[in-house]
Amino acid sequence: MSLTLPALPSSVSTAASLGKYTAAVRKPIEPVGRHFLALYLWGHTWSEFEKIQAETDVKKAEDVNEDAEFDIEQSEELIEHDPRDWKSADLYAVLGLNNYRYKATEDQIRRAYRVQVLKHHPDKMGEKGGLDKDGFFKIIQKAHETLMDPVKRQQFDSVDEEANIEPPAPKSKYDFFEAWGPLFASEGRFSKKQPVPELGNADTPKEEVDAFYKFFSNLDSWRTFEFLDEDVPDDTSNRYHKRMIEKKNKAARQKRKTEDNKRLSELVRRAANEDPRLKAFRDKEKEEKNKKKQEREAEAAKAAEEVKAKREAVERARAEAAKARAKSKAKPSYQPIQTQSKGKGKGKGKGKGKKSTVSKEQRTESKINIRNSVKDANYFGTELQSEIDHDINVFLDNFEDEKSVEVSNAIAGATADAVKEIFDAAAKEYIEQGFITADDLKFFAK
Amino acid sequence: MSFIGLHFGNTSTSIAVTKGDGKVDVIASPDGERAIPSALSYVGTDEYHGGQALAQLIRNPQNTIINFRDFAGVSFDKAVLPEIVNSAKAINVDGKVGYEIEEDGKTTKITVDEVIKRHFQQIKAAAEDYIGNKVEGVVLTTPTNFSDEQKKALKSATKEAGLNVLQFINEPSAALLAHLTANNKLEEDRIYVVADFGGVRSDAAVITARGGIFTILATEHNFELGGDQLDAALSEFFAKEFEKKYKANPRKTQRSLAKLKSECITTKKTLSNVQSSTISIDSLSDGFDFHSSINRLRYEVVARDIFSKMAAFVEETVRKAGLETLDIDEVLLVGGTSNTPRLASNVQFIFPESTVVVSPALDSKALDPSELICRGAALQAALIESYDEDEINQSLQPVVVNLEHIAKPIGLKNADGEFIQIISRETAYPIKRSLTFDTPGDVLIELYEGERTIEESTVEPEEGEEEYSDEEPEVLKKVVYVPGQLLAQIPFKGETANGKLEVIVRITVDGLLQATVRSGDKVERVDVHST
Ligand SMILES: Nc1ncnc2c1ncn2[C@@H]1O[C@H](COP(=O)(O)OP(=O)(O)OP(=O)(O)O)[C@@H](O)[C@H]1O
Ligand SMILES: [Mg+2]
Repeated sequence: MSLTLPALPSSVSTAASLGKYTAAVRKPIEPVGRHFLALYLWGHTWSEFEKIQAETDVKKAEDVNEDAEFDIEQSEELIEHDPRDWKSADLYAVLGLNNYRYKATEDQIRRAYRVQVLKHHPDKMGEKGGLDKDGFFKIIQKAHETLMDPVKRQQFDSVDEEANIEPPAPKSKYDFFEAWGPLFASEGRFSKKQPVPELGNADTPKEEVDAFYKFFSNLDSWRTFEFLDEDVPDDTSNRYHKRMIEKKNKAARQKRKTEDNKRLSELVRRAANEDPRLKAFRDKEKEEKNKKKQEREAEAAKAAEEVKAKREAVERARAEAAKARAKSKAKPSYQPIQTQSKGKGKGKGKGKGKKSTVSKEQRTESKINIRNSVKDANYFGTELQSEIDHDINVFLDNFEDEKSVEVSNAIAGATADAVKEIFDAAAKEYIEQGFITADDLKFFAK
Repeated sequence: MSFIGLHFGNTSTSIAVTKGDGKVDVIASPDGERAIPSALSYVGTDEYHGGQALAQLIRNPQNTIINFRDFAGVSFDKAVLPEIVNSAKAINVDGKVGYEIEEDGKTTKITVDEVIKRHFQQIKAAAEDYIGNKVEGVVLTTPTNFSDEQKKALKSATKEAGLNVLQFINEPSAALLAHLTANNKLEEDRIYVVADFGGVRSDAAVITARGGIFTILATEHNFELGGDQLDAALSEFFAKEFEKKYKANPRKTQRSLAKLKSECITTKKTLSNVQSSTISIDSLSDGFDFHSSINRLRYEVVARDIFSKMAAFVEETVRKAGLETLDIDEVLLVGGTSNTPRLASNVQFIFPESTVVVSPALDSKALDPSELICRGAALQAALIESYDEDEINQSLQPVVVNLEHIAKPIGLKNADGEFIQIISRETAYPIKRSLTFDTPGDVLIELYEGERTIEESTVEPEEGEEEYSDEEPEVLKKVVYVPGQLLAQIPFKGETANGKLEVIVRITVDGLLQATVRSGDKVERVDVHST
């Protein structure tokens, strides 16, 4: 970059100031190093005025960013607010704490106050031409005083309508959680018990949802309405009048409190009514009840069916047996059991003449199952493999197809003991009915 | 009688003293430690301090006090206590933070004030032992966010230990003072970021230096970022390895955890200097010894997220100052963790090439980042030792330190229409600066406020880099000030004396800007006001 100055044009003949430089910002410098020391020694004689000046309006790096957030412009209306009627002003907006309200910490209130004092100090306003603005400054001081005193702050928070969240218009279309979540979070601020449960979302489990409504139905609120009291005259001249106002205030407070409790319980009732989760829980419960009922009915029907089937089977068998006996009167009362020629033996003693309802596949499958069952049961922990296999062959030769299927179904997944019991029962049944004799069997029904 | 500079951190404390020739010595403890661990431990009637106390974290954690600095002057209710404690637990003692320890067979409760006092007694003894002279005055550094109450608490605890705090100074300013003094760059107008990565916290500040005067533009703090996070990441890495090898969990007991952490700290520091390190711990857990090794690259992967957060933290500080990384001339890395090469390169990565990052990993001549703060404090101690306390206190009055700073630079327009800066932005006034031109005469002096612009230029790929030619050409950005608001015009007619012409810009205490053009006896002055 060249250090050459532009040539003098003929148009410029006199020196002049033509503009202003950007306003400076007061900040602390770091008191370290010899240059600082020199500066200090060099400027040692400051006037009292400068000393005072130096203390105000300092922008410190540590709080620059935090304090900027309190620098919210107040509305014209608020600035014009009558200081005598300061109680009706939005005290949080006065301090630029619009975004915090009841959530503002003491430290934030303190810093916000400082920001506003610097901005609205009557001296400064006069300087900027905004004379007569010390009314608002008075309100700033009142706001600070009220919000820094825990009791007074609670009274103000009780009537801070700006912090309230309106419920959605009835019968309108709205997102349940978006509408009611912030509302209950805001109502929860009045609860003596903290923290308060949250509304949650669509996935909140039932217990939590129930606990939420229970909490808000029984909410113990600290909300009070002193702040709206009519001022009691402090001259003692008219004691009767004073007493009357006090009485009126007390009644008004009580009335407001009752109304507020009613308001809240109505809100809770309405939310519960419109809560899609509660509806879903109810639907689910109903559905489950129905399902259970259906299951119960189905079971009962099935049981009845089974009993009926069994009875029919027994009757059928009896009839067959009687028929068989009548048919072969000359023959010995029992047939030697054929174990070798299964194919041939098939049908013997079985419901001859009656068409089987069992398919070929079912038959084969049930037989395989019966055969395997004893192996799977480890021959019931005995060494009697050949005896048991023999008995199984006797069964397979004598069971009707239906019986095979029935037994096969019964033993599926059963324990070894249960399997034995089933075979024992089948054996007894067949002995009883005369299809086989006890001597035909080597293991079962012994 | 001697005066020392002290950096008192949560993790370590370092002491420095300025010698007669103006050179600064960092003092080692009797155990040879220059970064003396801020730790105390009690065993029977004995008090252990520094590294010896730290070693007690393995056997005797409940009687070992660490990380207490930040509790000075903070009530117990307001104190942010750590979630995981592997040392004496902070409790409420008389509304302050305190500890319950077993001392001499008795259980006693001591406040953090008492802990600080005892720590400083040890520090004082170490300094006196080294210097061979009584030490009375100290310049003590604190983080920029330390409140007046905290400083008050520190001052009285220090006094109890027999040390008088002459002045508190901010840690980043101390570090910058040490760096600029050592490199003789105090008088250059520059914008610095001082980024301090310690053990349990990270702090950063954007600081302007204007003719040797520092102003902090913005600060940022993170209490969940620091060397401890790196130790934890490395510990977890080795714990996993151990677990895989021996099917035993070394995180089960406080003792094995402490052993692992202690060795990981050593390993971490080794990796700042060399490419690989071994770790070996006898009987780490379930009777198994642990021997392993790690190289720097692996470590950098293990701790990648933490390094990224550290770089992002620096960037955020710049943003908070209303600046861009382009505006920063130099980044000074401070604190023990700043010894880590990867941290330096990550930080360099977010700044343009023109920004210098000062770290021993990038420049072997850089001062040890763990020592910068105490060095600066020692320089300040030497500067003020001849003043009495009243005079020092006077120099700290608002009227001295709270100064108006101009928002934009002020300068002239040259023959090419470019802006020639005379006073940099963010300069505090009263101030006087001047510039001398070689010119025969008949020139127009135009005083302007500079306006910040960003100049972009594309870098043509160099010869031999053709293969990358399908890449986007690199765009280089640079902050350039151009003439903005015209403030004054001063014509100079006729010949200059000796061919020289001087332009003087002065801003008085009241903010009146006086632009003077002078050559020999010819003087012309214009006054400019502020908006
Ligand atoms: N050579 C090194 N390489 C990497 N890390 C290191 C090295 N030396 C020290 N450290 C780490 O630096 C951290 C301590 O830094 P420093 O002494 O600046 O902290 P401090 O200022 O005392 O504490 P804090 O800032 O947390 O209050 C520790 O985590 C330590 O392990
Ligand atoms: Mg530190």
